[in-house]
Amino acid sequence: MSEALRTSFSNIGYIAASVLFILSLAGLSKQESARRGNALGIAGMLLALLATAMRPDFSGYGLLMVALVPGAIIGGILARRVQMTSMPQLVAILHSFVGAAAVLVGLATYLGHAGEMSPAEHKIHLGEIYIGICIGAITFTGSVIAFLKLQGTMSGKPLILPARHLINLMMLVITVGIGVWFFRSSETAPNGLWPLIFAIVVTGILGAHSVMAIGGADMPVVVSMLNSYSGWAAAAAGFMLGNDLLIITGALVGSSGAILSLIMCRGMNRSLVSVILGGFGTAEGTSSNASTAAQGEVRSIDIAGAAEQLKTAKSVVIVPGYGLAVAQAQHALSDVVRSLQSRGVKVRFAIHPVAGRLPGHMNVLLAEADIPYDIVLEMEEINEDMPETDLVLVIGANDIVNPSAYEDPNSPIAGMPVIEVWKAGTVIVMKRGMASGYAGIDNPLFFRPNTLLLFGDAKKTVEGLRNALTT
Amino acid sequence: MRIAIPKEIHPGEKRVAATPQTVLRLRKLGFEVAVQAGAGLNTDLTDSAYQEAGATIVEDVKALWSGSGVILKVRPPETGGSLGIDETELLSPNSLLISFAWPAQNRPLLEKLAARKVTALAMDCVPRITRAQKMDALSAMANIAGYRSVIEAAQHFPRFFTGQMTAAGKIDPAKVLVIGAGVAGLAAIGAARALGAIVRAFDPRAATRDQVKSMGAEYLELHVQEEAEGKGGYAKEMSDSFLKAEMALFAAQAMEVDVIITTALIPGKPAPKLITAGMVESMKPGSVIVDLAAEQGGNCAMTRPGEVVTHKGVTIVGYTDLPSRVASLSSQLYGATVAALLEEVWVDGKITIDESNQVVRGAMVTHDGKITWPPPPLPIPTPVAPPEPGVAANTTKIESAPAHANGAAPASASTMWIWMILAALFCVGIAWIAPPSFLSHFTVFVLACFVGWQVIWNVKPALHTPLMSVTNAISGIILIGGMLQLSGPQAGSSFTAAAILGAIAVLIATINVAGGFLVTQRMLAMFRRNA
Repeated sequence: MSEALRTSFSNIGYIAASVLFILSLAGLSKQESARRGNALGIAGMLLALLATAMRPDFSGYGLLMVALVPGAIIGGILARRVQMTSMPQLVAILHSFVGAAAVLVGLATYLGHAGEMSPAEHKIHLGEIYIGICIGAITFTGSVIAFLKLQGTMSGKPLILPARHLINLMMLVITVGIGVWFFRSSETAPNGLWPLIFAIVVTGILGAHSVMAIGGADMPVVVSMLNSYSGWAAAAAGFMLGNDLLIITGALVGSSGAILSLIMCRGMNRSLVSVILGGFGTAEGTSSNASTAAQGEVRSIDIAGAAEQLKTAKSVVIVPGYGLAVAQAQHALSDVVRSLQSRGVKVRFAIHPVAGRLPGHMNVLLAEADIPYDIVLEMEEINEDMPETDLVLVIGANDIVNPSAYEDPNSPIAGMPVIEVWKAGTVIVMKRGMASGYAGIDNPLFFRPNTLLLFGDAKKTVEGLRNALTT
Repeated sequence: MRIAIPKEIHPGEKRVAATPQTVLRLRKLGFEVAVQAGAGLNTDLTDSAYQEAGATIVEDVKALWSGSGVILKVRPPETGGSLGIDETELLSPNSLLISFAWPAQNRPLLEKLAARKVTALAMDCVPRITRAQKMDALSAMANIAGYRSVIEAAQHFPRFFTGQMTAAGKIDPAKVLVIGAGVAGLAAIGAARALGAIVRAFDPRAATRDQVKSMGAEYLELHVQEEAEGKGGYAKEMSDSFLKAEMALFAAQAMEVDVIITTALIPGKPAPKLITAGMVESMKPGSVIVDLAAEQGGNCAMTRPGEVVTHKGVTIVGYTDLPSRVASLSSQLYGATVAALLEEVWVDGKITIDESNQVVRGAMVTHDGKITWPPPPLPIPTPVAPPEPGVAANTTKIESAPAHANGAAPASASTMWIWMILAALFCVGIAWIAPPSFLSHFTVFVLACFVGWQVIWNVKPALHTPLMSVTNAISGIILIGGMLQLSGPQAGSSFTAAAILGAIAVLIATINVAGGFLVTQRMLAMFRRNA
């Protein structure tokens, strides 16, 4: 095959791969077509590999195999082993790989052959490399910190340094300064390795520090943001290599992550900026406690009583939160659901957009436990059915069912859309103790006359319910 | 200690302060219960039913009162009945009386009770706090009155409430206006809706809007800024401009609706006159007004308390005894609230008046020879519901959510223009400095962003985690970037620094690709539909 033909085939292959990726994301819009979407994505990736390998200027087949095969094996093992409750960690660490790869590609591009360029093109090329490396480094360290936080190796509490906004700003300024140094030293010959390494270190610290300042329950936003960054890093690599496939794919991933972050922020009624700046859940937002200190008696119920309530209800809605994932109670819960269904009880799930630590985390957990997805509804779909619901079971959730979001304009979560469980006949809340939720505010729900608290570890309690229902 | 349940002597009063069910409850607390012979006859509660529940039947009224430490009644003590005596005269000193008392209108009664050293707990003075809900006799009665008001309206209304399409022609549904969305108003809305009528409601307290809507009625808005929620969740009197707007609204509605149910009351004041004679005359013949405020003078100018009158074809129902017309249920609910209040003061087998108990102090109108009404104000936060802006903010947020789902940017018009202008400036700047090769890539980049933006909004929230892991796998496309570094300028010289860095990049990017796609597959395989 002639060189020109190989180039043409390669380019056509890139276009086809881009289309496959777009179709893949479109396929994910519905459960029915989601599997096909994933398959299209795999096809697109294989095609992209093939098309690149076909390029006339490509020759490193041996090295490619040495890198590709172990990578695929490691990835395969990771994917097989991971627990569904640890999905957030897996996603975070995979983001860090993209970030690291972007840094390496940037360095390699800088050191490798550049081809003939006009001075203007050369400048832009350097700029692309620099930006690509910086985004890559931020993605890398930020994802590693997010991984450690989700894994529990590092505390989920936000790290609030005294002048953290100033520190971040300083680091940004330094990054720009190093950029100037980098341009100066690369004008004639590629002598800019040192500035590049400094830039990697500084932006790496910036990424780590900014994720450290964000609390555990904001992780859905952080992970989506990092998802977005990893896309932009790939797009930046595409610019520096002049490769449209990388640009298209990077842009797709980047906007996908950005949309997910937006959706998550809307779910919490907070702006993206306030989440990124971090520090939520500390003293800043809780000035209203004096006026709203929820008072009153708390009524509790035991497992037998709760089981009795479940049996006599006609319609039950279950609201799961991160506590369900932590306690790994989803399988026992699935048995409870089946047992109730066999008694003719209508059981449904209500999922808040920010429940869990990853967008859509709860849906995956419930799917893993064999709970059919057509009884798993979104908050907006189920809120209007709440007044007709006999019993709501809240498992390991707090802020997402807090009525003060609507009733107390001074509440830190005021205006956040929440699941209106208090409108149901009876609410049973499973809790470990009387601690407040992530946002650090009292939940007046617990003191409502139609609320009963079921204290105990979520897994043991759900298993107790299962036993009480099956006997 | 003995509890006496006398027969009510107020003309037309059919309720009784205890039913066999609540007698059981009182006996469980350790009381003896004595019921006047025939006390429940008007509500189908026979003496033998009371006896079965463990009460003794007493024929002699004077013996019943004088031998009991606790008297439970519905109406305040009054003069009349077959003996023509004053009930307060029958109370023995230091006894406990629980009944409605209306202390604001009944000053002489309070003086008499104080003179006899009676401790009187007024059911209508129980404070409206969460803990006291089970003793809230007013709400229980208001609920019944609201329901019954609709039944009375339907009784006098010469048509159906519901709409129908029959072979003989179309029947229009009745239009019902409910004024005041307190407990009675909401109950009336619910009952009228259940009969099939079209229901609208008005209440100056903005916090009631959602309650009205949740009952299935339309909330009529008044576009005047004023918050009407007074102390303890009751309405207060409004300003002139508000009243004017309110009257205009009622005048317009009167011409349109078939039934008006008014429930507007302001504590301690005569009922506000909301429906004038002119409005009544403007209504269609056959229309019905049910005035639940009749006892306090009525919301309608033509109301005659206790009577049904017809004025120019419009029937005005002014019954003051609606709960008594559902006497069996009313007695049951009232008896339960009375028993709950009695439990508050029944400590270790003794009547103990604890003045630090908010509920008891609030309800107590006379004690120890003194009039103790009005009670000191409660230290509770009054407006529980958020004021107007909060509500408005919530509703707009909910309404705008679907628009977001369609991919529209959630920006107001002005910020959108600013962004457009900034984007335009940016594009001009890029075109100015960038070489053509960059521009072509930039075109691709911008278009890809837009495609991504449109496609991703359609993804269901349930699939966000799979979406994330797929995009994660796809972002492993950076391995192409690594691949391009593997081969040096001249074939063969593979092991340059760039090539090695590239190879590492390929390695880790491949982990991403393989891991991302496989885990997505695993996840998606788990999603199943209900078999």
